[in-house]
Amino acid sequence: MTRYLLRRLGHGLLIIFGVSLLLFILQQAAPGDFLSDMKLNGQISEDTAKVLRAQYGVDQPLPRRYGRWMLSVAKGELGYSFAYNVSASSLLAPRVLNTLLLSVPALAITWIIAVPLGVVASAWRGRWLDRFFSAGTSLALAMPDLLLALLAILIALRTHRYPVGGMHSVGAQDWGWFARMKDLGWHMVLPVAVVVIGSVSPILRQVRSSMIAVLDSSYMRAAEGHGLRKWTLLFRHALPAAANPLISLFGLSVAMLLSVTLLVEVVMSWPGIGPLLLESILSRDLFVVIGAVMLSTLLLVIGNLIADVLLYAVDPRIRVQA
Amino acid sequence: MTQRKRTKLVWAAWFLAVLHLVVLLAGFFAPYSYDTQDREHPYAAPMRVHLVDAAGRWHFRPFVYGLKAREGSLTAYEEDHTQMFPVNLFVAGEPYTVLGRFHFQTHLLGVQSKAGVEAPARIYLLGADGFGRDQFSRILYGGQVSLFAGILAATLSAIGGLFLGMVAGMFGRPLDDVIMRVGEIFIALPWLYLLISVRAFLPLQMSSTATFALVVGVIGIVGWGRPARLVRNVVLSARERNFVLAARGFGAGKFYLMRRHILPATMSVILPQMALLVPLFMMAEVTLSFLGLGVGEPFPSWGNMLASAQQFHVISSYWWMLLPGLAPAPVFLACHALADSWQEKLKSAV
Repeated sequence: MTRYLLRRLGHGLLIIFGVSLLLFILQQAAPGDFLSDMKLNGQISEDTAKVLRAQYGVDQPLPRRYGRWMLSVAKGELGYSFAYNVSASSLLAPRVLNTLLLSVPALAITWIIAVPLGVVASAWRGRWLDRFFSAGTSLALAMPDLLLALLAILIALRTHRYPVGGMHSVGAQDWGWFARMKDLGWHMVLPVAVVVIGSVSPILRQVRSSMIAVLDSSYMRAAEGHGLRKWTLLFRHALPAAANPLISLFGLSVAMLLSVTLLVEVVMSWPGIGPLLLESILSRDLFVVIGAVMLSTLLLVIGNLIADVLLYAVDPRIRVQA
Repeated sequence: MTQRKRTKLVWAAWFLAVLHLVVLLAGFFAPYSYDTQDREHPYAAPMRVHLVDAAGRWHFRPFVYGLKAREGSLTAYEEDHTQMFPVNLFVAGEPYTVLGRFHFQTHLLGVQSKAGVEAPARIYLLGADGFGRDQFSRILYGGQVSLFAGILAATLSAIGGLFLGMVAGMFGRPLDDVIMRVGEIFIALPWLYLLISVRAFLPLQMSSTATFALVVGVIGIVGWGRPARLVRNVVLSARERNFVLAARGFGAGKFYLMRRHILPATMSVILPQMALLVPLFMMAEVTLSFLGLGVGEPFPSWGNMLASAQQFHVISSYWWMLLPGLAPAPVFLACHALADSWQEKLKSAV
């Protein structure tokens, strides 16, 4: 168990390391940065800019800068924001919580919806229910997530039932905790719904196709011949057998979901990583950009680790190997 | 391969071909240029094309009514029944260029002002935006950016993936390990984060052609992982096949083998994969332009056209501003149908 987990953990760390290296190399290739943009400001002299460059260490060669960044990561700072003159992590930390607040419930709901529906679709393959789901997922796949988010805003504007973007009502900080939670939940409904609609289709399809592969096998037919009840057959026997590729998909679905979440955050002004990332790109605040991408990578790696643990729990073959 | 699948393949291919042709010849099919403004009619609603006039008379030629501002409003209009403009085919209008070289003046359809009538005739099939620019024309021109960004980026990443996948498959370790590990990172990361961060390190203000090339390049660079992995797997299995082993036994070199035997084998995965990547990359361009990191005004892309819908008053009052967001949907469906049936066809051909 520990060896298997350590190996997976090492793999995750390798991905994180690789991404950070990649970002630094890309950054090196970038023409200009926050400080060179500052030259456009007439009030800042050439000398000041030079001093600032030295102070921030931007004039150092790439390996040294990378080393310094690693040190600041070790200190939990993730570099510093040029624009706000604070450590990047102090900007990112509250944002990450908000992103998690949006993406974790969305991830849970997505899977809770996708698995039973996929199983049902596979069990009644080719019948009207299956066709209905297949048409529905095609449609949801074809709908750009952008449009879904905009439509959600339109619904909020037209019905007046839901808040139009944002995370809190005005003045909510003075309310009691229960009222605040209720307010937050109310603000979460539409963004979570959009993220779920945007990411449920591929998972549902995958559940269906891997269930079909299992249902076609001869031992399933034998179990059917023994007169097991259909629901027992599907959920007690077929689903665990089909679970393997689905658990691997869980890790990938985290990445997919994070992309949709980013878009939803920007369009529906949810104060997560997304809007901060966009803002820091426009002001060329590169360490914040790198920090945001690294955090999304971290979330992805965590998702993959959860998938690995689940796989270990579900698949005896891996337990024997490890 | 069933007959139904074959029909689906043909339909999807034709639909995409026609769509691309229309978009390429946007100048002809669009009544106006993408930047022709009409300050008299911001946010004009989609016009109704009539056959029956207000008095109940039938007309042989379809026509539209002129617009007049509704009482007490600046951006709501009603039909002005005193002004009738017949819709003509092949009318002479604003000059435009096709493929950057050929100059024409004839548009597929348009309306012409009658002499002596004050208001210039305009036809807004899908409404107008805040500058009075025709949405229909802009969607067609926007397709030039969005559709072709998808195709070019898919081609780019397919070529990159083909090259790297072949190298990884043919030359084995340690090159294989390096390429595949890096590719894995590209596949595993949330693509939007990756896309935006790669874009972040490149200059923000550029001419629209340069931005287009840049966006295509960025998407292509970010997307090579998946095709590379597919190609590598095909290469690994193809190089062990008997005819390849035989050719190698006769003294064929690595490059001859790659060109003559391995490359054709990879086509059966790379082409359907491209059909799947095109809509994905199209959406990547739309998203980047929507966020203001892609092609900028005045040239339209389906993404930057949608950006104005972020303003609450626009989205709540003028639903036609959301239409550019609907435009990718049929492309998406057609590409998926194409990939689906193409895969089957190539599979049955092997």
